[in-house]
Amino acid sequence: MAKTIIQMINIIKRYYIGQPNELQILNGISLDIHEGEFVSIVGASGSGKSTLMNMIGALDRPTEGEYFLDGTDISRLNDKQLSNIRNQKIGFVFQTFNLISRTNALKNVELPMMYAGVPRKERSRRAMELLELVGMKDRYTHQPNELSGGQKQRVAIARAMANDPAIILADEPTGALDTKTGHLVMNIFHKLHKQEGKTIVLITHSPELASETERIITISDGSVISDTLENTAENAGAENTEVSGE
Amino acid sequence: MYLELDDIKKSFGEGENRAEVLKGITCGVEKGHICVLLGPSGSGKSTLLNIIGGIDTPDSGTVSIDGEKTAAMNEKQLSQYRRKHIGYVFQSYNLIPNLTVKENIEVGAYLSDKPLELDEIIKTLGLWEHKDKIPSQLSGGQQQRTAIGRAIIKNPDILLCDEPTGALDYNTSKEILKLIEDVNSKFGNTVIIVTHNDAIKLMADQVIKFRDGRIRHNDLNTVKTPAAELDW
Repeated sequence: MAKTIIQMINIIKRYYIGQPNELQILNGISLDIHEGEFVSIVGASGSGKSTLMNMIGALDRPTEGEYFLDGTDISRLNDKQLSNIRNQKIGFVFQTFNLISRTNALKNVELPMMYAGVPRKERSRRAMELLELVGMKDRYTHQPNELSGGQKQRVAIARAMANDPAIILADEPTGALDTKTGHLVMNIFHKLHKQEGKTIVLITHSPELASETERIITISDGSVISDTLENTAENAGAENTEVSGE
Repeated sequence: MYLELDDIKKSFGEGENRAEVLKGITCGVEKGHICVLLGPSGSGKSTLLNIIGGIDTPDSGTVSIDGEKTAAMNEKQLSQYRRKHIGYVFQSYNLIPNLTVKENIEVGAYLSDKPLELDEIIKTLGLWEHKDKIPSQLSGGQQQRTAIGRAIIKNPDILLCDEPTGALDYNTSKEILKLIEDVNSKFGNTVIIVTHNDAIKLMADQVIKFRDGRIRHNDLNTVKTPAAELDW
């Protein structure tokens, strides 16, 4: 079995604790995601998927439960330790790209490596490699305002890959793009998954987009209501029983 | 004059839809001054700010900073000009959501040759106790402080602020204006603030009023009101 990258055990998240309007958003979520998986987490607005994405991305801590990210228990870390973990372990891709304006594509991709203290030469070499991987090598001098939405997102994906993170966490990465451009961006994720063996977690409200991934976890009312991996495991188990029965 | 604009003209659109946004702007700003560009929406003040910042180019006319004309620069020189001389603060903060306050400010330092000291900036901004938080854990005012930090850490000669208090309430707006004032007196950057809020002009050394793409008034304030005492 591949290494477990994300292990969540009975994660609960409450807001306004102790107040009359106390709100429980996540109702005890347990899930495992393994190295090399391409998983989508699907849910409607208000299902709790954004809160779950904040937990997975170490952007917030659970109220109860344990979360091991590549072996580290996130729920016990302070803000500074959380930020270190985010920078080392997670490559973020957002719906709104969030590139640095007036700064060219190459510098944008180099940025996370600057935090990590990678020497200048090595930084630009790796940034160029990553821009090539996402098909943006010949645009490396372009600034965000000179790029289309799809191109910006490809640069953002290259940036997410910069420090070779344990997971790529993509929050509605095609949400601001038209269908055709959205497909092109999804193809980049497929490439990273197949060629580079990246673990990718895609957060989306779109079942259609989710159907492109090998495993779909569906969230509703703060709970996991289905996980295609479990179905597959059960089916595989059933087949085995039949075989042994013969 | 440190910053000089000479007969700047700019139009957008084609044919019948062509609109002349700047109709010949000539003015100058002294080094270290706070200059407020005042005018209603659509008066051309943001376009002028973008031209000063080198993100947009005029159809005719010249921008000079410290005697250097931006029109004579090639793309690479222009990009260096932006990086070395210009800091930008917007109405929307444009922070990176997965980076902490400290890391977002550091972004500006990485893009500069002569950055100011990070911890000192964070303290000046009043963000020390929030330095390890991410933008979603901050108030609007704290987010704008972070954005100002990102702009000033590179120690820009000119700090351009486009409606910096546009998304903030009254008290927070005043705090942010006071911060801009503190930054100006501490680091000596030339500051240009675009706003439609008339009250802000009182904190400026120079006030340029715009209407319909032309300068209507260009005055120096003999007495400045501290930002904390502004009222509107």
